[in-house]
Amino acid sequence: MEAVASMAFQVPDMTPALPEIFVLTMACIILVVDVFLPERRRALTYLLSLATLAGAGILTLALHEAEPRVTFGGSFVADTMADVLKVFIYLVVATVFVYSRRYLAERGLFRGEFFTLGLFAVLGMMVMVSARSLLTLYLGLELLSLSLYAMVALQRDSARAAEAAMKYFVLGALASGILLYGMSVLYGVAGTLDLAELGAQLSGPAARDPALVYATVFVLVGLGFKLGAVPFHMWVPDIYHGSATAVTVFIGTAPKMAGFALLIRLLAEGMQGLHVHWGQLLIVLAVLSMAVGNVVAIAQRNLKRMLAYSAIAHAGYLLLGIVTGSAEGYAASMFYVIVYAIMSLGAFGMILLLSRQGFEADHLEDFKGLNERSPWLAFIMAVLMFSMAGIPPFLGFWAKFTVLQAVVRAELVWLAVVGVVFAIVGAYYYLRVVKLMYFDRPQGSAPLPAGGEARFLVSVNGLAVLLLGIYPTGLMALCAGSFAAGG
Amino acid sequence: MKSVYVGIVLAPLLGTIVTGLLGRWLSREAVHRICIGGVALSLILSLVAFFHVVGGGETFNEPIYRWMFSDGISFEIGFLVDRLTALMIVVVNFVSLMVHIYTIGYMHDDPGYKRFFSYISLFTFSMLMLVMSNNFLQLFFGWEAVGLVSYLLIGFWYQRESAIYANMKAFLVNRVGDFGFLLGIAAILMYFNSLDYADVFRAAPLLQDVTVEVIPGLEWSVITLICILLFIGAMGKSAQVPLHVWLPDSMEGPTPISALIHAATMVTAGVFMVARMSPLYELSETALSVVLVIGALTAFFMGLVGIVQHDIKRVVAYSTLSQLGYMMVGLGASAYAAGIFHLMTHAFFKALMFLAAGSVIIALHHEQDMRKMGGLKRYMPVTYWTMLIGCLALIGFPGLSGFFSKDAIIEAVGESEIPGAGLAYLLVLLGVFVTALYTFRMFFLTFHGEERMDPHAREHLHESPAVVTVPLVLLAVPAVLVGWLTVEPLLFGGWFGEAIRVAAEHDVLARMGEGFHGALSMVLHGLLAPPFWLAMAGVATAWYAYLKRPELPELAKERAGVLYRVLVNKYGFDDFNQAVFGDGSVRLGRGLWQVGDVTVIDGVMVNGTARGVGRLAVVMRLLQSGYLYHYAFAMIIGLLVLLSWAVAA
Repeated sequence: MEAVASMAFQVPDMTPALPEIFVLTMACIILVVDVFLPERRRALTYLLSLATLAGAGILTLALHEAEPRVTFGGSFVADTMADVLKVFIYLVVATVFVYSRRYLAERGLFRGEFFTLGLFAVLGMMVMVSARSLLTLYLGLELLSLSLYAMVALQRDSARAAEAAMKYFVLGALASGILLYGMSVLYGVAGTLDLAELGAQLSGPAARDPALVYATVFVLVGLGFKLGAVPFHMWVPDIYHGSATAVTVFIGTAPKMAGFALLIRLLAEGMQGLHVHWGQLLIVLAVLSMAVGNVVAIAQRNLKRMLAYSAIAHAGYLLLGIVTGSAEGYAASMFYVIVYAIMSLGAFGMILLLSRQGFEADHLEDFKGLNERSPWLAFIMAVLMFSMAGIPPFLGFWAKFTVLQAVVRAELVWLAVVGVVFAIVGAYYYLRVVKLMYFDRPQGSAPLPAGGEARFLVSVNGLAVLLLGIYPTGLMALCAGSFAAGG
Repeated sequence: MKSVYVGIVLAPLLGTIVTGLLGRWLSREAVHRICIGGVALSLILSLVAFFHVVGGGETFNEPIYRWMFSDGISFEIGFLVDRLTALMIVVVNFVSLMVHIYTIGYMHDDPGYKRFFSYISLFTFSMLMLVMSNNFLQLFFGWEAVGLVSYLLIGFWYQRESAIYANMKAFLVNRVGDFGFLLGIAAILMYFNSLDYADVFRAAPLLQDVTVEVIPGLEWSVITLICILLFIGAMGKSAQVPLHVWLPDSMEGPTPISALIHAATMVTAGVFMVARMSPLYELSETALSVVLVIGALTAFFMGLVGIVQHDIKRVVAYSTLSQLGYMMVGLGASAYAAGIFHLMTHAFFKALMFLAAGSVIIALHHEQDMRKMGGLKRYMPVTYWTMLIGCLALIGFPGLSGFFSKDAIIEAVGESEIPGAGLAYLLVLLGVFVTALYTFRMFFLTFHGEERMDPHAREHLHESPAVVTVPLVLLAVPAVLVGWLTVEPLLFGGWFGEAIRVAAEHDVLARMGEGFHGALSMVLHGLLAPPFWLAMAGVATAWYAYLKRPELPELAKERAGVLYRVLVNKYGFDDFNQAVFGDGSVRLGRGLWQVGDVTVIDGVMVNGTARGVGRLAVVMRLLQSGYLYHYAFAMIIGLLVLLSWAVAA
């Protein structure tokens, strides 16, 4: 402590972190404003939250530079990957807010807490994405996690939601503890929290320290939990199923991108020298995730649970790119996670759109004969399901294609074959949804909700999956560009 | 000359495209005028080409259009026009034109009139492409294209069950032949690295001693292998035993087709091909021997079957089989010129016979059974006399075209020293008697004796219209004269030049040429030779058995019951094919479907894995108990497993 005190305090350069500062300020303002708002003016909170995200987006784009900008004593970085991921996080979260509005209002959840917690979660994700030291990384992760625990518990008179929140919190705490323990061993060996320095240290002779094996395993368990990889996946179905759908869609989309950033910052930047250790272990996690996720999804009757297992399987594919330890693989994984967020957003958005008061629309039966009731929505849902199954020319095909290509380039052909086999198994339950929509008789005849802006946005979402699938090169180049400099 | 050659091919193609695609908007007259005009133009141009080549013009051998160039091999459309080609295109176009004209009368009331014209023009185009080709790829294209048109025309009356059966049969049997043919072409591509005739013929002698191990431990000469594979193709197309079974059934098609495709032109494609490949066949005595023996067997045994047929067209069909056998025998004895010579004379007199038979059939309102004919001489004089000319030419009556060609073949076989020549000589000699017997049996049953048709048909009997009789007369002219005029240059004058190559030790025609003193002396000599007396014996037997004592055949049928049944069953080829290949493949298919598809693929693999995965999913779902401490426990177990894995590694 004396060392710190003796140092002359320098005001750090704030500009790279301006989007974070803006989001934090706005979140606090909304918190205060919301307290004084009468119930009927609640829409102002909603609009302010959207404006915050838009403002953060403008700031991020305006401040973007090709060269990484490091500040706060080396603990914060704004580079291309961070900026790209942040922009997608704003986009996804804003869409989640729009999708959720009617759902929340119908259930008496349209309150300021959802939006402020959401914005704090966004802040946590932004910090994670831009972290350049173990401490910042953990700080961002905890900010995100705590926000999410609270969001799950938002529906407090629902026993299922309370149970889910409890499970999430306890298991999340356990995982955070394990992760933190792994980080502490890393610090003990390398003597630094700075990820760049850590990376340099672990590429040298220090990498042979046997303690690092333990550190790697503990770190991986923590990461595996956050991503929902098997065997640390068990929270995922219960939390997805137990939360209000608006919260599920939040958990299921943007935090995946932050989780990807977590993996990259820790493994690729901090522990690239230990690739021999974590590469193998990640293969195990990836294969188990693809297998368990895809197989168990088949037995699900609830669409939210099915999508939860689908998320587990997708986490497996996401890991495939990281496993290679190459820039190409990282870029492929980044593409995968962005594509997954877009697809999953659309699928959950569809559940939100079809639900109404007292009816969740989250059972597979609820989708029977959707084509007869609304051919357009059935088409959009079919596009999303085809895309998730990885059928060309939809976006999901390219996502699977790029990670598998990276795996084959890394001479892990067997792993690619395993991936393809489980993708085929997975195609079954996605296509079952299509079959239910097009070939089965509708069960109820209740009119579909009007939808309004959410319906429009779901359509845009589905069409984006189709159009980006036909022209995937732009998004791919964006991801490749994020790793071009880093090599 | 290039534009002339291109024009020869394109004129009928244009006809078929215009009438085939725009036929709906054209009148019947317009359709047949366009098609006949196309073929007539093609005939005129081929005559120009013929006289150009005969007059000492350069042999044309050039590519017209390059389709693609891949891995050093050029795939082209090109023409080779030498004397062999020139002769073929004139024969093809002449017969085709006669058939075109005849069709106006024969198909007069048929609803498929326009379609028919489009098909036969397409056939003419394909056949010309085949004979004018200068490379194997185009040869194969023409080969398949004529096969396609043959298929379409056999099944022309597609509402008839029997026509569909017949065209399917023709198609399948030709597939067997084409399989061999394609393998032969593949072997050529593999060993010569070129598909061009000239390249292949130039390089062939170099490969004479190269062998290939077809079955382990069995070394074959590459040339022999190629020649036999190509000959398998010829066996299919030219209906040689045992791939002959489709030709009699092909008579389901309209009669003009039987004349054009299944007598005069397409079925002789195999003969033409072997003659064209003479530089290859001359290098392999084994292959020549195979050609010789297969041809001789076909010539004799198919002739025998002709004796017991009742359908007038089938008699002519079996006669065609037998004559194709003669042509093959000629080729096998290295007398390629004699084979081609017989091809030409046969084209004229056999087309004549078919068209005359067709004339009888229309006069009797599509009655083909000879037991319901007889005494037609009175009613149809033109048909009678032209048919008589055809029959005499067929049995080789001295002076008519068939005499020269058939006698030359028989004599060539007698001279040949190739293994199997002795047997072949015996068979072709006996074949002469058989030929005369079935030919005049048909002739007497149709035109002489008592009138057995039903009274109603008799009232309407009259000679056929001019569009039918004019082609008969026009075909009768070459049937009489062409042999007399061309025997000397074609056989002994080295007329074909470089187009046909014969090794000196095989050159039987040269040896025969020493004893040849002009057509007249050949005729006079023929009057004393055994083939003439065998033919006369055949005619006499037919006269005695079918006119003098008509009860005799019934008696013979009872006495020689076994022989009769063998012949009526056509040696059991059809029954065998039906039982083994037809029913066998159906059974095999059903077996594969039930065992392979339903049980193994659908049952075990598709549904089995699906059920397996489904069960696994249900079991694994149970792990998700919902208890928090189970989840935490699983995480710790996972941590420990990973840790021990990492430490162990």
